[in-house]
Amino acid sequence: MNNLKRTSLYEKHVALGANLIDFGGFHMPLYYTSIAIEHHLVRKHAGMFDVSHMGQIVVEGKDALKFVNYVLTSSIEISHKMQYALLLNEAGGILDDLMVYPFSSEQILMVVNASNIDKDYNHILGFTKDFDVRLRNLSEDFNCIAVQGPESFSMLSQIFDNLPKHSSEYIFSHDENGPLLISRSGYTGEDGFEVYLHDSFAQIIWDKLYSAGVHPIGLGARDTLRFEAAMPLYGNEMDETVNPIEAGLTFGVDFNKAEFIGKTALLKYKDNPLRKNVGFELQEKNIARHGYEVYANDQIIGHVTTGYLSPTTNQALGFALIDINYSKLGTIIYINIRNKFVPAVVRNKKFINKNNKV
Amino acid sequence: MNKNDVLYLDTHEWAFIEGSKAKVGISSYAAMHLGDIVFFDLPSVGQSFKKGDVFAAVESVKSASDLYMPLTGKVVSVNEALSGEPQLVNEDPFSNFIVEIEIANPSEVSELLSVDQYEATL
Repeated sequence: MNNLKRTSLYEKHVALGANLIDFGGFHMPLYYTSIAIEHHLVRKHAGMFDVSHMGQIVVEGKDALKFVNYVLTSSIEISHKMQYALLLNEAGGILDDLMVYPFSSEQILMVVNASNIDKDYNHILGFTKDFDVRLRNLSEDFNCIAVQGPESFSMLSQIFDNLPKHSSEYIFSHDENGPLLISRSGYTGEDGFEVYLHDSFAQIIWDKLYSAGVHPIGLGARDTLRFEAAMPLYGNEMDETVNPIEAGLTFGVDFNKAEFIGKTALLKYKDNPLRKNVGFELQEKNIARHGYEVYANDQIIGHVTTGYLSPTTNQALGFALIDINYSKLGTIIYINIRNKFVPAVVRNKKFINKNNKV
Repeated sequence: MNKNDVLYLDTHEWAFIEGSKAKVGISSYAAMHLGDIVFFDLPSVGQSFKKGDVFAAVESVKSASDLYMPLTGKVVSVNEALSGEPQLVNEDPFSNFIVEIEIANPSEVSELLSVDQYEATL
């Protein structure tokens, strides 16, 4: 664990007695108390996550907007809304999923997954020669604290006067502490905020939130929360061998754009799709986990991409990437759990009601 | 029952010997490191296992872990309470056994670790 990178909040995690793991090359908290306790705190109250391991790449220059619209799948427009997008390879495989903050037509921030920072940077760098843009990898400079849960607005408004009022809205400002970006977004299915800020400022805000009674939450609950909210995780629901149509992420793809990396391959695949990521619920008490094989008619038809005993509903739920012929709602599939073939029914991914979204 | 009453495998299972039978569970160290236990995948009564065989799985929120049989034997009962309340093992891992077996090969008992030997492996 000695080669692992640390965020500016590492000492806070240690002082809180966090159980630390290697995540994307960073020494990160898996939980402070227990995953279940932290999961319920976020659903009912509010919790804060150190997500400083996420990467920040800034695109600057006259062609910044044109450039991101070429390398990313969605139509990025200059606005005060954070926008979701995918970065594909030419074959349509997903290199990363990311959040885009289009500050101006000449300055756009992309927030990428920790494990993909260098891969993404090098991939898009290869396309810069045809555009008047320059890239800066600011991942080392930025920290991010996510405050999530129905009480997140009231907690954060004790610290910041001005908070974004609508879902996905962001506010970018500069003060004596440096640049500050507050986005009304998150990865839990709850109302919440993601606050990007510099080192010492991050420690101050973390302490203020902690004093206000916001519970620190580890990456364990982050995963169960995003899973229940049917939000995909890079490395589980998608990777370079999976395209956005298979992953069910076409809401992040604008086929009306004249051109983007991977478009030709995707259009071709669209005519004859072979696989689909579905939701499922086990019909017996057990738990399906990431990587387990899925069967039908004694044939392997795919694999589980994420599975949990949902802490909120106590149902054994999962996502699986399977042969599209078995993807109809109500189809019975079988999950190989320790060589037992446990029946599951294909169902929608509305695992929980999102009552608290603004 | 407490940690001094049982014998151990270095994979964190314990056996409590009562004549020709043994109750089998997991150590407090294992229970603590698993975190919230949410499910036990238990064997059926009548199934036989060799020492070292996987006989069950314990699942926390995050992951599944195999459990290894400390002694060769046949399952004579499973702790049905764990179907509804798997967290009992978090609360008291020594009072809440997982299965009870009929010991097939009593000479294996001497191969198990004492509490001191087990704790030295942690």
